[in-house]
Amino acid sequence: MELLTVLLDGTANAGGAIGAGLAAIGAGIGIGQIGKGAVEAIARQPEAVNDIRANMILTAAFVEGVALFAVIAGILAMFV
Amino acid sequence: MRVRTVKCLLVAVFGLFAINISAPVFAQEHKEGDAIHTEGAAAPEKKGGFDAQEVIFGHVLNAHEFHFIDLPSGPVTIPLPVILYSPERGFASFMSSKFEHGHATYEGYKLHDGVVVAVNEDGSINESAVVYDLSLTRNVVQMILGLIALVWILLSVAKRYKSGQGVTSAPKGMQNLIEPVITFIRDEVAKPNLGHKYERYFPYLLTIFFFILINNIIGLVPGTANVTGNIAFTVVLGVISFVVITLSGNKHYWGHIFNPPVPFGIKFIMVPVEILGIFTKPIALIVRLFANMLAGHIIIICLISLIFIFGNISSGIGWGFSPVSIAFTTFIYLIEVLVAFIQAFIFTNLTAVFIGQAIEEVHHSDDHKELAAKH
Repeated sequence: MELLTVLLDGTANAGGAIGAGLAAIGAGIGIGQIGKGAVEAIARQPEAVNDIRANMILTAAFVEGVALFAVIAGILAMFV
Repeated sequence: MRVRTVKCLLVAVFGLFAINISAPVFAQEHKEGDAIHTEGAAAPEKKGGFDAQEVIFGHVLNAHEFHFIDLPSGPVTIPLPVILYSPERGFASFMSSKFEHGHATYEGYKLHDGVVVAVNEDGSINESAVVYDLSLTRNVVQMILGLIALVWILLSVAKRYKSGQGVTSAPKGMQNLIEPVITFIRDEVAKPNLGHKYERYFPYLLTIFFFILINNIIGLVPGTANVTGNIAFTVVLGVISFVVITLSGNKHYWGHIFNPPVPFGIKFIMVPVEILGIFTKPIALIVRLFANMLAGHIIIICLISLIFIFGNISSGIGWGFSPVSIAFTTFIYLIEVLVAFIQAFIFTNLTAVFIGQAIEEVHHSDDHKELAAKH
C-alpha cells in the first residue's frame, strides 16, 4: 500500500483526536489557573470561602464548556 | 561541525520522505481511493466480539425503544410507538417491536441504522420516498415523563403555598426542597442580572432551569435516554432563549449593536462582530449544554466499554481491569451529577445575563445617587 494512502487513511480521525487532546490541555491549564486563583484568595480571606468556591465552580464550568466546543469540532472532523 | 552534519542528515531524510510521498500521488487512480474507503469501513467490524462504537452510539443517540440489557435470549427492551407519515403512503403507526430490533420489515418500512426508511416490495430501500418520522422515540417519552413529574411537583408545591402553608407557617415537605432552589435562582440569577424587572422573566428562567435539570438527572439513570445531549433539544432551548433575548431588546441594546460607542475607525470591525454576537451567544448556549452532557455520557460508557475491549484481548485482563474501570466510572459519575446541576444553572444564568444586557437602561448619575442613598 502506498505510504501516502496509509497516512491519509486516518488523517480525519487523527485530526479530531489531536484537536480534542489539545483542548484537554487548554482546559487543564485554564481550570488550573482558576484553582490557583481561588486557593490563593481563600488563603488571603478564609471567611469568603463559600463565595469563592461558588465562583470557582461556575468559572470552571465555563472553561470546560469552551474545551468541549473543541471536542465537538473534533467529532465533526471525524464524522463529517 | 556536528550540527552541520546533523542538519545535512535531516535535509536528506526530509528529501527522501517528500519524494516518497509525492511520487505515488501522481500514479494514484480513483479506484485506489474506493479501496481505502471500503477498508476504512470494514475496520470497525474487524474488532470482532465487541463493537465499542455501536455500543456507545447506541446509548447516546435517540432510538425507537428503551434498551436495558442484552441477554443471551435477546435484548431486553421497552418498545415505543412508531408514527410515520409519508405523502404517498399516508399515516402508519405501530409498535417498534414489529421491527424486531432492525431485522424485520413491517408495512413497507424498515429500521436502517436507527432511522426508519421506506422499502419496496423486494426489500430494497426506496430512496425517493419521503418519510416523516413523528414517532414517540425514547427522547420524546423521557421528556414527557420529566415534564409530567415537573408539573406535578411544582403545581402541588404552588397549591400548598396558595393555601397558606409556608407563607404564614413553616414550609412542609416538598416545599422545603423547592423553595431554596427558587430563592437561589431569584437572588443569584434573576435579581443581579435583571434588576427590578426580574419578575417578568422569572417564570421563563425557572422553567429553563428545572426542565434542563430534571432531564439531566433522569438521563443519568442507566437505561434512560440521553435527552439533553441531543442537539435538537438544546437547539430548541437556545432558539427560545434567542427569541426572548431579541424580543426584549430595547433601543439602547440595538443602538449599541449598530452604533457602538467606540472610535470611528474601530466601528467597521465592531458592528459585524456585534451582529455576529447576537447569534453566537445563543449558539454557545446550545453547544455548551449539548457537548457537556454528551461528553459526560460518552466518557461513562467508554470507561465501562474498556472492560470489554480488554476482555476481548484476554479474559484475565478483562476481569483484572474491571475494578479500575468501575472506580473511574463511579468517580466520573459523581462528577456528572455535579455537571447536571451546573449546566442547568449556567444555561439559566447566561440567559439571564443576555436578557439583562438587552433590557439594560442607560446609566444616569441619578441612579448612582439613588443606590448610594439606599446603602
